[in-house]
Amino acid sequence: MTKYDELTEFLLRLGDSALIQAQRLCEWTGRAPALEEEMGMMNVGLDLVGQARNWYEYAAERINDGTDADTLAFRRDERAFRNLLLVEQPNGDFAVTMTKQFFYDAWQFHLLTMLKGANDERIAAIAAKSLKEVTYHLRRSSQWVERLGDGTEESHQRMEKAVDIVWRFTFELVEKNDAELALSESGHIPALTELPEQWLATVNEVFAKATLTLPDAPNTFYLSARTGMHSEHLGTLLAEMQFLQRAYPDASW
Amino acid sequence: MYAQQVETGTKAIKSLAEMGPEERAFQEKIDAEIKIEAKNWMPDNYRKTLIRQISQHAHSEIVGMLPEGNWVTRAPTLKRKLQLMAKIQDEAGHGLYLYSAMETLGADRDEEIEKLHSGRAKYSSIFNYPTLNWADMGAVGWLVDGAAIVNQVPLQRTSYGPYSRAMIRVCKEESFHQRQGYEILLHMMRHGIQAQKDMVQDAINRLWWPSLMMFGPSDAESPNSAQSMAWKIKRHTNDELRQRFIDQTIPQLELLGCTVPDPDLKWNEERGHYDFGEIQWEEFYEVLKGNGPCNRERLETRRNAIQDGAWVREAAVAHANKKQKQQAAA
Repeated sequence: MTKYDELTEFLLRLGDSALIQAQRLCEWTGRAPALEEEMGMMNVGLDLVGQARNWYEYAAERINDGTDADTLAFRRDERAFRNLLLVEQPNGDFAVTMTKQFFYDAWQFHLLTMLKGANDERIAAIAAKSLKEVTYHLRRSSQWVERLGDGTEESHQRMEKAVDIVWRFTFELVEKNDAELALSESGHIPALTELPEQWLATVNEVFAKATLTLPDAPNTFYLSARTGMHSEHLGTLLAEMQFLQRAYPDASW
Repeated sequence: MYAQQVETGTKAIKSLAEMGPEERAFQEKIDAEIKIEAKNWMPDNYRKTLIRQISQHAHSEIVGMLPEGNWVTRAPTLKRKLQLMAKIQDEAGHGLYLYSAMETLGADRDEEIEKLHSGRAKYSSIFNYPTLNWADMGAVGWLVDGAAIVNQVPLQRTSYGPYSRAMIRVCKEESFHQRQGYEILLHMMRHGIQAQKDMVQDAINRLWWPSLMMFGPSDAESPNSAQSMAWKIKRHTNDELRQRFIDQTIPQLELLGCTVPDPDLKWNEERGHYDFGEIQWEEFYEVLKGNGPCNRERLETRRNAIQDGAWVREAAVAHANKKQKQQAAA
């Protein structure tokens, strides 16, 4: 299994997370609770596929062996994917979908805010552009978490259940990581040491408004997106998403 | 347009002399190409016909997202995925502003959607056909949106102002979709492997006749057309529009290097139009009755979406009410 240099792996982590999150949003087509949400979810999904493409293009240039953004998206196996475990989880109901979205948006928001100041100009530029989009994504998902958490008895219960389902995958959003520390020491990206606290602060703030209780810190082991140790859900997602490129490797689309 | 067989509720067209003063003034405005606006007086049947037609059109945009949803998770490249997602988003948008145009006539969006779900309102027959390979995403854009545009271009001049204005906006986006759809097919034919070329031909074979059916029954079988045309809701007959679509599509088909499954299709020098074979009307009426290949699945998906989302909409309302109370108390 190919392991790329730390920076490329980091770019794949960003690109893969955006793409897989968008893929899950695509699954909602024609099934959203309201027409406005069909538009909202597609809107966010479009932004994320665009972001994935930008990260992939940079990663592909670094890999420099003829790989392009599409090869990265459609020709890698699940063990090579670096997306957060959170985003590969099934959509469930609208509460689960929105909880995943919110946790991911909050992580993206703070991460991109930091990356905007990266010495690596390419990263800084992609981050700055993405941050404009993600600022809107976070506002939207925060509002939904608040509405659903502090809506009806049923919606509150569904939100509690949703948090219970996805919370354990959030350990990746708050873990300190040697590879990223090395990247900041080599000057490519700013130090991300504040990211866990900032993420948690946003979650706390929105949960308070939503009358939701924050669970204890998740105790998860074995699984790790950084080493491609995914949940079983990613494999079937990729089988669907990559079907045409895999079935017709010589085709041009 | 995605409206077929819109009932007008009238048996014969009245002459100006037979009309009361309000109706005569209304018809004179229409004859003078002055737009009717929401607050203007209008005959009850004109209002009802428009509600039926616009809601049918809006429903079609929404149901029409489903055959594309079948492939958006399998789009072959990031570029194609982005294009298809943007197209689906546009369709949701078209649905929204068509429902808004319809609401200016006093209709209620939820009520009209309920009619769709209970099978009392129609949507275009084309969306009851399955999408079976990636080329369908090209063929739907090229043929289905293409047929819709032929219908909608005259509707930009339709007599009801809000509908006419919605159409102007919809048409711009639809022609973009059509070009994009054609480009998907052209790329597969010019740069693709044999399997891709086979997909394109297969998609056209399946979608050609259903696309022609989008224009509705032949003029001889369209008892409502004359009234809709007198009201200038409709500007051309079904057969006129169908012919126009065929005439403009065949040269594009030839450029692709593909064929349509119609042995009778040939250029008629004398008429200056293509002749074409008999449409299988039995199939058309069966699909309209609900017996098409995907009618059940399409409606079930839409019903489930609305039912499964009920708690979300209720929560949004409950939360908004709480906020309002808090603000009032503060």
